[in-house]
Amino acid sequence: MLQIKGLTASVEGKPILRGIDLTVPTGEVHAIMGPNGSGKSTLSYVLAGRDGYEVTGGTVTFDGRDLLAMAPEERAAAGLFLAFQYPVELPGVGNANFLRTALNALHRARGEAELDAVQFLKLARAEAKRLSMPDDMLKRNVNVGFSGGEKKRNEVLQMAILRPRLAILDETDSGLDIDALRIVAEGVNALRGPQNSALVITHYQRLLEHIVPDRVHVLAGGRIVRSGGPDLARALEEGGYAAVVADAA
Amino acid sequence: MSQAAEPMQTVHAVTQTPYKWGFSTDIEMELAPKGLNADIIRLISARKEEPEWLLEWRLKAFAAWQAMAEPHWAHVAHPPIDYQDLHYYAAPKRKPGPASLAEVDPALLATYEKLGIPLKERAILAGVEPAEGEGAPVAVDAVFDSVSVATTFRATLAKAGVIFCPISEAVREHPDLVRKYLGSVVPQGDNFYAALNSAVFTDGSFVYVPPGVRCPMELSTYFRINARNTGQFERTLIIADVGSYVSYLEGCTAPQRDENQLHAAVVELIALDDAQIKYSTVQNWYPGDAEGRGGIYNFVTKRGACRGARSKISWTQVETGSAITWKYPSCILQGDDSVGEFYSVAVTTNRQQADTGTKMIHIGRNTRSTIVSKGISAGRSDNTYRGLVRIMPKAAGARNHTQCDSLLIGDRCGAHTVPYIESRNPTARVEHEATTSKIAEDQLFYCRQRGLSEEDAVNLIVNGFCKDVLKELPMEFAVEAQKLLAVSLEGSVG
Amino acid sequence: MNAVTQLQPAWLRDGAAAFVARYEGLRDRLPGDAAARDAGAAAFRARGLPGVRDEAWHYTSLRPLVETRFAEPLTPVADCAALMTRLPQIDAPRLVFVDGRFRDDLSVVPSGASVRVGGPAYGALAQPGREPLVALNTMLAEDGAAIEVAAGADAGTLLLASVGIGGSPDRPVAFHPRHALNLGDSARLTLIEVAIGEGAYLHNPVFEITVGAAATLTHLRLQDESRAAFHISTLYADVAQRGSYDSFALTLGARLARLEVHARLAGRGATAHLNAVQLLGGTQHGDFTTVVTHDAPSCISRQTVKNVLTGRARGVFQGKIEVARDAQKTDGYQMNQALLLSTEAEVDSKPQLEIYADDVKCSHGATVGELDAEQLFYLRSRGIAEADARAMLVRAFLADALDPIAHEAGRVVLESAVAQWWERQAA
Repeated sequence: MLQIKGLTASVEGKPILRGIDLTVPTGEVHAIMGPNGSGKSTLSYVLAGRDGYEVTGGTVTFDGRDLLAMAPEERAAAGLFLAFQYPVELPGVGNANFLRTALNALHRARGEAELDAVQFLKLARAEAKRLSMPDDMLKRNVNVGFSGGEKKRNEVLQMAILRPRLAILDETDSGLDIDALRIVAEGVNALRGPQNSALVITHYQRLLEHIVPDRVHVLAGGRIVRSGGPDLARALEEGGYAAVVADAA
Repeated sequence: MSQAAEPMQTVHAVTQTPYKWGFSTDIEMELAPKGLNADIIRLISARKEEPEWLLEWRLKAFAAWQAMAEPHWAHVAHPPIDYQDLHYYAAPKRKPGPASLAEVDPALLATYEKLGIPLKERAILAGVEPAEGEGAPVAVDAVFDSVSVATTFRATLAKAGVIFCPISEAVREHPDLVRKYLGSVVPQGDNFYAALNSAVFTDGSFVYVPPGVRCPMELSTYFRINARNTGQFERTLIIADVGSYVSYLEGCTAPQRDENQLHAAVVELIALDDAQIKYSTVQNWYPGDAEGRGGIYNFVTKRGACRGARSKISWTQVETGSAITWKYPSCILQGDDSVGEFYSVAVTTNRQQADTGTKMIHIGRNTRSTIVSKGISAGRSDNTYRGLVRIMPKAAGARNHTQCDSLLIGDRCGAHTVPYIESRNPTARVEHEATTSKIAEDQLFYCRQRGLSEEDAVNLIVNGFCKDVLKELPMEFAVEAQKLLAVSLEGSVG
Repeated sequence: MNAVTQLQPAWLRDGAAAFVARYEGLRDRLPGDAAARDAGAAAFRARGLPGVRDEAWHYTSLRPLVETRFAEPLTPVADCAALMTRLPQIDAPRLVFVDGRFRDDLSVVPSGASVRVGGPAYGALAQPGREPLVALNTMLAEDGAAIEVAAGADAGTLLLASVGIGGSPDRPVAFHPRHALNLGDSARLTLIEVAIGEGAYLHNPVFEITVGAAATLTHLRLQDESRAAFHISTLYADVAQRGSYDSFALTLGARLARLEVHARLAGRGATAHLNAVQLLGGTQHGDFTTVVTHDAPSCISRQTVKNVLTGRARGVFQGKIEVARDAQKTDGYQMNQALLLSTEAEVDSKPQLEIYADDVKCSHGATVGELDAEQLFYLRSRGIAEADARAMLVRAFLADALDPIAHEAGRVVLESAVAQWWERQAA
């Protein structure tokens, strides 16, 4: 599904990604772990197409299409979803209105029928309930006045409603208590299937106890320095990043 | 009467506290005849042994002034000023610019001692008695009416390459620098009072900090108006060359007199690439009495040009004196990434009127400015913040943040806020916030319940209100400023 | 010629002289209170037209207006069927003025209020000596509506429409309607005021409104004049104790527009809301100027003003809150925000506080900026196309001003005007 080859990128002229090679086959969940400053968030922003993250080399294909040539909304329409590490506040924009607009934009792009307000609310309420989110979260402005945990849950709610082909979770576990973590993990697991993939970016292993990945990659210094099975995550937790990174160097 | 029932009931004007700097010095003076004309300007220029170009520069300013009218847009009112009824030159009778402190008239030294300004090269600044051997030295230029009477620590500064001298001396000793920069920030015809100053300025300070030099001590000028019926028209010019830094302090007082006296100064600052100028003022001119008789008209043009990339000019002012203040220290942010700051506390009591603020003109890219203004009105005074933030079309990425708060003490005063925001670049971000409030009764009560007198509680709250500005002052000045706030508001709450 | 006009540039003096000349030619034929009119004329002769040196007109130059020579509206019975379809479809009585004159055939007189037309409705609030354009109106006003709502009555909704037909491009017309509204104690009314038109003209209305004790006036205003028109309107509202003047104004049209509001909170516990949105493009100039005077204790004023500017448009906001000595416990708040959507647009903002009472809570805020790049990206990352994402964010930017409009039909009209404006920009 996702093929990254020799990807290099810089931010404000400073190289951050120094040659990433990564393939996420359809139906698999991969985890990317790494110390702070290793380029994890940069990778997620580059994949989602954020301005200011300049790709200086390499290719990324998504279902065979050139991802880097697409506008952010085209990537979303193609099925790529980024759960932001720091979800953005949108004062004046109602959560429900925002989600319905997004969902219908995706439906339009895929030639599917749009949902009217009633159909949408029914869907949104059901998903919110599954994620143990109060209904009034749909009425509030997007992320405005939300606690850190509420913001992350709101990201997962969006993901549940938009049903992406590839979900990228950028440190979605940071700042979550154990209950919230479980809810988030359930949301991701519910999306798992033969047609869906996920890229879980995290600093800690604990999320990976709830979302068991098929492969684990270690990102350091803008490169993937090691890859392995779920065991690698546990090894990291015990031995720390230093050993693994030094090993690879 | 129960105090708890009407805690603010006894609010009244400041009348008990006499102005503590109101004495005058009896000294033999040389005075030019009253009135303003080309001959008087020639006389001033001749007394100062000025070159021909400067005389012509003055005469051009005079011509511009004659064609101008007094500005009336400020929120102040005063009887018409008779510009022909003033002396435009007053000097202690001896040759200006004494060669050493030993030559300074002892009466003058005593005056400055009494004001707490040490002209002996030993102590620190105004009002704070230092313990022996404590505190950083501050170089002082003392301006008495029209002339500079003493400048301290010149040798130490010269070692670092810093020029700090009366501007009249700089005209003679450093003509190239003066000619290049004088009037380059505030042109002769800029406004009515700046034109007047350009025509008749008599003295003031000159500072030049060479490239890469961090000025080794705080520089300070102390202005004193003494003579009757004189105007003081000083001119300050500060140039911070590439990569240099200087912190400059200014203090002012005047004797207590029944008539109004005019003070129309011009201050020009120039910061080249990576240079920083920090300019602090504690203005305590005689404010007039409780009924509004006497006091200084303080009509001042202060402006800094951030000419160089990454340069920074920071204005900090604590304004407690003067009958009328008309003053807008400004920054022209020409250099890319340059920074302008304005921190102001203005206190008005009795019949004082203050109309003060700043202008931040963003020309270069990524220029940033911060404005913090705290106005405190008491008695029957009027206190106005007036500020302009202008973003020019090329100032991409410019940022301004303005915070403007007013505090009212008593119900006979006025507090006004007049910001002008003009933006012509979409990538610029400008934010302005203003509030007006009084000291909350529960705050006062809380303090008093803990044992503070009402006056101390007001002081505490006022100081808290001003904290964001006071912390910008050099430490010695901050202590003086706090005392001054306390003295100014003494009796405002009874 | 007096001292004030003496200092003005010649073009400004000439412009004023042209209006005075029209007055001289018409004075015997103009209807209504001659004394009020003559006082207006005297004020206008003394002050002339304001220039940018006049503090209240610092950001708005009348030069394009002065350079236009206006003629009389020729045919007050002109056919305007096509334009009438642009009036909002609201099921309510309506008073329609075409080129400043009342049109009985197009109007439906309300049952809950009494209306008198046929001459200028001069009131007691206007200050021709202080506001030069009000002096101009007073001097040349020909028609207007005097609306009375009796104490305790609920007059429902009333539409007040102005249709400008204008002259041919070389013969623009000027009209100066003069309206008054008197809302009795505890009365209620929703007034929807709409100005539309085509061609070149000057529409210079003055409106004097008194809101009685505990009465509520909801005033929704849509200015969608011809892009070749000048719209300069001045409104005075005096609100008695516990009365409420709740207004929202949307400015979309005209080449040069100024909406000036003087609201005076005259009785204890009165409230004024002056919310406004200006959406301007091309070379439009729009000015929203307010003066809110707290003259009595415990009054509340709220202002939320938004400017959205594209092209080379210039948006101006001047808002002054005055608090008189006796107006203790005043609660005044004002927020002014501008969004610049192009590199050549300009915004000028002057929020002002003038306060003489000490027990007050007054604040204002102002921000200027562009759309937030991070928010835009967030929306796009969710699949929303850039143009739609921008539209959403602009609509969100307007939310604080639009959402409080409680009158359902009125809000629908204003919302759709905003949406149409955005579509025109996008096209």
